[in-house]
Amino acid sequence: MAGEIGLWGVPLAILGGAIRVSTPFIFVSLGETITERSGRINLGLEGTLVFGAMTAYGVAVETGSTWLGLLAAALSGICFGLFHGWICKFPKVNDIAIGIAMMLFGTGLAFFFGKPFIKPSAPHLPAIAFGFWSTIPQVQAALDVNVLFLIGAALSVLLWWAFKNTRAGLIIRVVGDSSDAARAMGINPNSVRLLATGVGGAFAAIGGAYLSLYYPGSWNERISSGQGLMAVALVIFARWNPLGCFAAALLFGGAGALGPSLQSVGVTQGYYLFYATPYVLTLAIMIATSSPGRSLAGAPGELSITK
Amino acid sequence: MGTPQIPAVSSLPIATSNLEGLARRSEAVAIPLAALLVGMVLFSVFIMLVGKSPLDFFDIMWRGAFGSWFSVQNSLSRAAPLLLTALCVALPARLGLVVIGGEGAIVLGGVAAAALGWWVDGASAFIVIPLMAIAGMIIGGLWMGIVGALRHYRAVNETISSLLMAYIAIALMNQLVEGVLRDPASLNKPSTHPLAQAYRIGNIPGMDVHWGLVAGIVACIISWLLIEKTRWGFAARIAGGNVRAAQIQGLAVGPLIVGFTALGGAFAGLAGMIEVAAVQGSANASLAAGYGYTGILVAFLARQNPLAIIPVAIFLGGIDAAGGLIQRRMDMPDATILVLQGMLFIIILFSETFYGRFVIFNPDLWKRSA
Repeated sequence: MAGEIGLWGVPLAILGGAIRVSTPFIFVSLGETITERSGRINLGLEGTLVFGAMTAYGVAVETGSTWLGLLAAALSGICFGLFHGWICKFPKVNDIAIGIAMMLFGTGLAFFFGKPFIKPSAPHLPAIAFGFWSTIPQVQAALDVNVLFLIGAALSVLLWWAFKNTRAGLIIRVVGDSSDAARAMGINPNSVRLLATGVGGAFAAIGGAYLSLYYPGSWNERISSGQGLMAVALVIFARWNPLGCFAAALLFGGAGALGPSLQSVGVTQGYYLFYATPYVLTLAIMIATSSPGRSLAGAPGELSITK
Repeated sequence: MGTPQIPAVSSLPIATSNLEGLARRSEAVAIPLAALLVGMVLFSVFIMLVGKSPLDFFDIMWRGAFGSWFSVQNSLSRAAPLLLTALCVALPARLGLVVIGGEGAIVLGGVAAAALGWWVDGASAFIVIPLMAIAGMIIGGLWMGIVGALRHYRAVNETISSLLMAYIAIALMNQLVEGVLRDPASLNKPSTHPLAQAYRIGNIPGMDVHWGLVAGIVACIISWLLIEKTRWGFAARIAGGNVRAAQIQGLAVGPLIVGFTALGGAFAGLAGMIEVAAVQGSANASLAAGYGYTGILVAFLARQNPLAIIPVAIFLGGIDAAGGLIQRRMDMPDATILVLQGMLFIIILFSETFYGRFVIFNPDLWKRSA
């Protein structure tokens, strides 16, 4: 395979892999950023992602339209998010624990309703061939960029701008930093968090839809390898900054693509350890960037995970 | 987490009237039972929505879980690892930590035990079996102890780090099982060398349930004694309520956090060793069967009380055991059990909001309402 361009195939494959693997991370982490900026954490996005993957695939199989599948996934994600947001407004209900429960519940529902969709194949989301100028197949493969990646990149810029410059962005930030300040401004923190969690759920479900409709592009019970959870760690690493999320997602995608890329040029030793690279990287980054005695720069004041 | 929690009055050695104590104690039983009932009703609605009969469902579930001696033994066998993995959640929870990555300690504990059993092959089983248990516990304890240390000394969130460590542990296990520890004879399912028959853990006399059940129950009792009857348990509860107050009191919060997470990890590692020595006979990918994740559910349903873990683990072991029968008899996907577990989990967490709200359970409200 890599004969013609030799070892250059490795960075190329990592670049292509980074774009492919990072897309779900971009969406889940942007969604989680919106939720966490409002002062709540939703660990249940893993379940939302799996359910979104199933919904998108099922609808795409039934209707033949990937975009309808995407829409259905987003709607299901909103439902999961709103449910999390609603239940967490009650006193003494722990948002982290509810997230773990929602992870189990969402995954269970997805497997329950997804059973009939394991066999049939659904259409894929389109990609844009930015590698048309080259005749080398590896270059073309690496630069075949799916549309969701481009939308995710645009969204991260948009959200970055919106948090700074719009009224909605300001409201979310105020609620996330101090419930009391928000109440003094006449804002109901629970309503804002409800909406922020709902939007976050929609983003996570779109991330899941990408998994089943583009890469790997099929529905089965092993569709997610913890992307929904790693994205939560990624948001902390990105310091709740949408642009940081995009960069961090690319980094994670590259780390995830390392194993398969090396395998494609014949390095098979330690395959499983390369598979663990994204997790090791996440952990290393969390260790390096956390420190006791002070809260993280940029952390929303009301967030339970950094207290 | 969140607002500092004041230890429940009922557990303080202050003499309150018997009636008041009884009211507070019955709250701790009544609310979870009511929540369980509500969860079952909601699940019945779900079953009806998908066009099946809830009565059939619960009937088959009862038969598959506890309806016969055979199914009771099956449920107890499945409860054995859950007892230990639930402790991996409940012990750190005493300090206010949410640790959810017990799966990592199971797989590494299992691999360590299998490797040791192969390495010392030939020695007396009376030495090797305890050594295997200790190896599993040490590896599991170290693995989860790291999570506690990262939490205390680097302020790394324990929920996420434990979960990442679980993924890393599974990758490590796969690497070892497919690499240096692989038995060349295991073709389709890469495994370590099978344990000699002498090193296998047998069944409790008169039952088709292995000794892991006894180990799990003993571990739960030890954990309860540790939490309720020792000064470490008391210190942990204070630190779990308010870390700063505990530090001002001169409590060594760091060693407490590392100790409790490590002990929880040691129990999960023991679960891995038992899974290898009593069930699988070697370490392989089946070790990551999700016991660590079901253990989270057990611990939360038991409200992190080690003694309550015993009935809850048997209950969930029963639900697990009935899964196959439900799948066959009712033609429902195996994920039905996951949906039920998820619903129960959410309802139980939601029920936390009702503690102290009911006049009948809360003596503080009696005078006011009178």
